[in-house]
Amino acid sequence: MIPPSLQRNPELDTWLRIEADGSVTVYTGKVELGQGLKTALARIAAEELDVSLARVRVRTADTAAGPDELYTVGSNSLEESGTALRLAAAEARERLLELAAAELGAPASALRVEDGTVRAPGTDRVTSWFALFGGRRFEGKVGGRARPKEPRAHRVLGRPGPRLGMEPLVTGRAVFVQDLRLPGMVHARVVRPPARGARLDSLDDAPVRRMPGVIAVLRDGSFVAVAAERSAQAMAAAERLRRSTRWTGAPELPPRAELYTRMRSARTQSFPVVDGAALDAPVPAREPVAGAARTLRASYTRPFQMHASLGPSAAVAWEQEGALTVWSHSQGVSVLRQALAQALRLPAERLRVVHLEGPGCYGHNGADDVALDAALVARALPGRPVHLQWSRQEEHAWEPYGPAMIMDLEASLDASGSVVDWSHETRSFTHLGRALPLGERVSGLVAAWHRDPPMAPPTPRPVLAPHMGIHRNADPLYAFPRRRVVKHFLDSSPFRTSSLRSLGAYANVFALESFMDELAHAAAADPVEFRLRHLEDPRAREVIRAAAERLGWRAEPRPRGSGRGQGLAFARYKNQKAWCAVALELRVDDASAAIRLERAVVAADAGQIVDPDGLANQLEGGLVQAASWTLKEEVRFERDGLRSVDWDTYPILRFDEVPEVETVLLERPGEPWLGAGEASQGPTAAAIANAVFDATGLRLRDLPFTPERMRAAALDTSPA
Amino acid sequence: MELRVNGALRSVEVDPSTPLLWVLRDELGLTGAKYGCGLEQCGACAVLCDGRKVLSCVAPVGEFAGRAITTIEGLAQDGELDALQRAFVIEQAAQCGYCVPGILIAAKALLDEKPLPDEAEIRAALAPHLCRCGTHPRMLRALRRVLAERARR
Repeated sequence: MIPPSLQRNPELDTWLRIEADGSVTVYTGKVELGQGLKTALARIAAEELDVSLARVRVRTADTAAGPDELYTVGSNSLEESGTALRLAAAEARERLLELAAAELGAPASALRVEDGTVRAPGTDRVTSWFALFGGRRFEGKVGGRARPKEPRAHRVLGRPGPRLGMEPLVTGRAVFVQDLRLPGMVHARVVRPPARGARLDSLDDAPVRRMPGVIAVLRDGSFVAVAAERSAQAMAAAERLRRSTRWTGAPELPPRAELYTRMRSARTQSFPVVDGAALDAPVPAREPVAGAARTLRASYTRPFQMHASLGPSAAVAWEQEGALTVWSHSQGVSVLRQALAQALRLPAERLRVVHLEGPGCYGHNGADDVALDAALVARALPGRPVHLQWSRQEEHAWEPYGPAMIMDLEASLDASGSVVDWSHETRSFTHLGRALPLGERVSGLVAAWHRDPPMAPPTPRPVLAPHMGIHRNADPLYAFPRRRVVKHFLDSSPFRTSSLRSLGAYANVFALESFMDELAHAAAADPVEFRLRHLEDPRAREVIRAAAERLGWRAEPRPRGSGRGQGLAFARYKNQKAWCAVALELRVDDASAAIRLERAVVAADAGQIVDPDGLANQLEGGLVQAASWTLKEEVRFERDGLRSVDWDTYPILRFDEVPEVETVLLERPGEPWLGAGEASQGPTAAAIANAVFDATGLRLRDLPFTPERMRAAALDTSPA
Repeated sequence: MELRVNGALRSVEVDPSTPLLWVLRDELGLTGAKYGCGLEQCGACAVLCDGRKVLSCVAPVGEFAGRAITTIEGLAQDGELDALQRAFVIEQAAQCGYCVPGILIAAKALLDEKPLPDEAEIRAALAPHLCRCGTHPRMLRALRRVLAERARR
């Protein structure tokens, strides 16, 4: 089968070029987000072409070059771009070998290739990919018939090796969008409304125009920006401008204490979820099940949480002769180009969006929005490149948040302690708020809502496809005889929401894997054995066993309340990507009620491993980030506005709080490679909750597990 | 005014109240130190001043006249990476890497002041520095690698 990325971009030349200087250029429509994409793709090309890794250059998404692969999301990049590139490289190798065979006068099957040098054994005849084809372009399509290497022939895939681009990162020479400097560059900043929905009444820009370095003050409706010769001048001018503004019409937020009750009473669109997909069909009622000895119910919540990128979003835009070039750390340059074209009322052909690396985004953050901000200033200052970076407060306030969620679970055990019935209802706002091109009147980009005439924010709509958004991983992988999974879509959120790493999977897995633990304890079973009892999938069973074994899982019953505990949880991301189990040990500090993670193990099966260290890095990083979400993170707000506006008011996990992390990677040579960049998020949350229960006998069901929550749980006398 | 940055005297014409970070980034083309918050909360802007770590995002450049500033670009000597930089490369202690310059500077300041810090001292020294990708365990491994090399010598 031809993979979708190749169907969309069938020409071989779109993917791969052999250069005259002895290098190989790989083009991808995906982007580097810190997830190690460039290294993984370079390895795939190096493997199939038999060249050293050092020869491979990877060019990430650019609307003017290489394949269009839409978004870099959903842990899809290796499966999409990697699979397409592998076929393209295998075909390139086949074609090059034919050329070499003609050149060397030997059959292609007899030739030996090493680092791009081709020899005819038994002769002194030698050539190379570069001598044969350097600087030329492949013609025609990737047929998809060339066979990639057999796993036993692999020299690169699955073997340890360096991550590309490390030296520029440690020497400060790496250029993020935030660092891009061009001749004649102008630095701009935006003055945002104090809250979503507020409109600008007045501003006094006269004093600001006289400030040193100030080049322009822009006002378009409620969109206000200032451009100056230097960043610090732009920041000072923006602050002074902000103090001169008057705004009206900021709507009240709901009181934080009422968030979940309001979510429960709000109008919803509800769908049954079957085999991971939501169906446009009536939601089945709960029905009694035969043989139920005991029924348990529990509800779990997750607040709004932030991407909170360490670097505020930035873009560079440059208008030259009516054409606009935008450098962006967007996850989808071709989609952003369309969305910008509509917001700017420019033909898309006059826009080029080039991906340049940015700080980690972990989903849909401010990257796309700031591109429109920069473009608006650039259109007002044609000929000069405009660099625009958000402030910390702007990033915290205007990025789309990972939406709040409520999960209601119910299950029945039979007399032998097996689950005979399972129900999971998951309730949330949209996780899919990306800036799609939505026509002339609707835009997903913040500045478009503030200009005059304003474009409207998109109306959130439920998406039913398998594991999209809210219902991602709501359907458990366990072999329960009966299950009922329901998605409740809420259309009106107090905050802008969109995709945060793993989307609904984080909270759904937190709930379902916490509930599995609750059921195991109710059945007086060891939580690991209880999971295995309900799992038929051998690869799932193996990652659970691997994590438990590496941690040193203690299966025997032990007294609770020691303050130290172990916990384990498991999921297969989207039930179709990497299998992942997290097992960890923690301690609950008696005096402070703080949870201290001590040791964590993450075991994963991601199919054929491309880059073991890159895979481990993603799993470890996901675990640490999810631990931060789980222990600390909540968007705080009151009726009159947002409270989480910086790192003091939105704390995240720090160096003195992170556990040691060990990784166990299961080797599956020849199996398809599977996305793993979001696999450890959900299991981490539940593993922590389960370990807290083991340590204290307290069941925490409301994220995050702050010391205040621990104390409240200790005072709550209702049974855990 | 004149600034001594990475061993060289550099002359800049700026308002002395400008935060050092923006003089480095916009006037001197040294973009290794990053803007993360402008509030001294995240540590991405750290540089060395006379060997001690300072956060450059708020401190006015006027305070740095006559003092020796070292940025991440100045950590390698004569093209050779510092032991900490080498250890970060070997441990692949980065994902996006935005926080890396500030954390390397903090680690350098720590190890220069205290040649063999214990684990708690390392974590305390790095605790003011945020990493959002969760590469902390790798960075800690990189520091331990440097300490192990030192202990062997």
